[in-house]
Amino acid sequence: MIDLENVAYSYGGGELLSEMSLSIASGAFYFLTGPSGAGKTTFLKLCYGALVPTAGQIRIFGNDVRGMSRDEVALTRRRIGVVHQDCQFIDHMSMLDNIALPLAVSGNNTLAEDANLKELLAWVGLSHRAKAFPPELSGGERQRAALARAIIMSPDVILADEPTGNVDWEMSERLLQLLLELNRMGKTVLIASHDLSLIRSAKSQVQARVLRISNRRLQLAGANL
Amino acid sequence: MNSLHGLLEVLRADHHRDRVVPATGFTATLTTLTAAAMAFLIVFALSLSFAADRLAARWATALEGTATIRISAPQDQLANQVERSLAILSETAGIETARALNIEEQQALLAPWFGPDIPLADLPVPKLIAITEMDGGFDAQGLRLRLAAEVPGAVLDDHMRWRKPLVRAAQRLTLLGAFSILIIALTSGAMVMLAARAALAANAQVIAVLRLIGATDTYIVAAFVRRFAMRTFVGSCLGVVGGGLILLFLPSETTTASILTGLRLQGVDWIWLFIIPPALAAVAFIATRFAANRVLGELS
Repeated sequence: MIDLENVAYSYGGGELLSEMSLSIASGAFYFLTGPSGAGKTTFLKLCYGALVPTAGQIRIFGNDVRGMSRDEVALTRRRIGVVHQDCQFIDHMSMLDNIALPLAVSGNNTLAEDANLKELLAWVGLSHRAKAFPPELSGGERQRAALARAIIMSPDVILADEPTGNVDWEMSERLLQLLLELNRMGKTVLIASHDLSLIRSAKSQVQARVLRISNRRLQLAGANL
Repeated sequence: MNSLHGLLEVLRADHHRDRVVPATGFTATLTTLTAAAMAFLIVFALSLSFAADRLAARWATALEGTATIRISAPQDQLANQVERSLAILSETAGIETARALNIEEQQALLAPWFGPDIPLADLPVPKLIAITEMDGGFDAQGLRLRLAAEVPGAVLDDHMRWRKPLVRAAQRLTLLGAFSILIIALTSGAMVMLAARAALAANAQVIAVLRLIGATDTYIVAAFVRRFAMRTFVGSCLGVVGGGLILLFLPSETTTASILTGLRLQGVDWIWLFIIPPALAAVAFIATRFAANRVLGELS
């Protein structure tokens, strides 16, 4: 689905990531870990075409990112659900409208008013907050709303950057369960997190591959997390 | 093809997309006020242009097809020179009528300056011959030469000497009005472009979110362009209504014939006011589209 071949990324004269090779397989569950500042977010941005590698090649659904126009990247991104740690929303639109926005953007305006949307809100436990505006939501509610927005287009891949970074343990578990459920539905999930307890919890429930960024390089983490 | 698709996308109403850009903010107020002010100015530039055009047309047609011969000669030769001039005129091709003004007519012409009781018969006032031309006109230069040779006191005045510079001045005023409208429209475009750039910068988070969820540049551009075109349209409607009301209460040209009193639009000229808001909206459309495409390119 997403293939990285000897990928490097430099910024401001320094190399942040180098010699990264990975083939993200369909239906797999990945964790990406590493210390703060290791380049986890940069790696995810490379995976969904927000950044272009300075060396190597990235193919998203078979297309080389370097040869794609901005609109082609945008269309490809509709097949990738992204959840960011800071959960950016459009603050003057209700939570319901924010979650439905990917449908509206892709031209499915009728679906944006569909009953499935309410089901999705119920699934992430936000039915009662549908009319609320993003600034009125708690950290956990924003994370769940971001997850709902990421999956509303039924993407093939879900990339989550520190999805439990701003929430308590109970909410972390709840978000993890939602992601595990999506994986059971056949979605590929890649979570960037430095929360080792979350990774251990997930590994007890799913066959997850744990990747680690260390010294700018991607490594497969062993059993000793 | 991509440009056409982008254009059609902008024209297509989409209530979800139209809500993406916040409806309030300083750029919204700035755009609306700028459009109102610019439309207001365009109304007056337009009325000045039309008034000057009407004046040019009036001056161009005033005394058109007529000429005058002025005969200044000693009293004992005056009648003879008038008679000789009329004889020459009767032989000149292109002249329909020629007749000497009588004493009452000449008195009426001088009355505004000397009063009605001027003893014209006692004064050495030149004699005037009024000429009416045929459609094709006559050879003024040829007539002048012949008069100079045969009637030494006769001077032909075809009115072009004073009419031409006035008509030219009025035509230049018309052009000035049109040029002012162009400058105002370009300034409006520049102002809207600046406001659009500020709005795009202020809404960086909206753009980031839209990009994250797979919005194409066409979608994002359309959201901003529609918002700014609508604001400009509403603002220019307000400006046109304000300017139109003031024009409506200006004195009508029919009461006194002057450019200062003839600024009020006449007849079908009023229709032009309805063209100003959509025209300014079109300028805003182009300006915002240009600014949005540039900003999105820079953000990549």
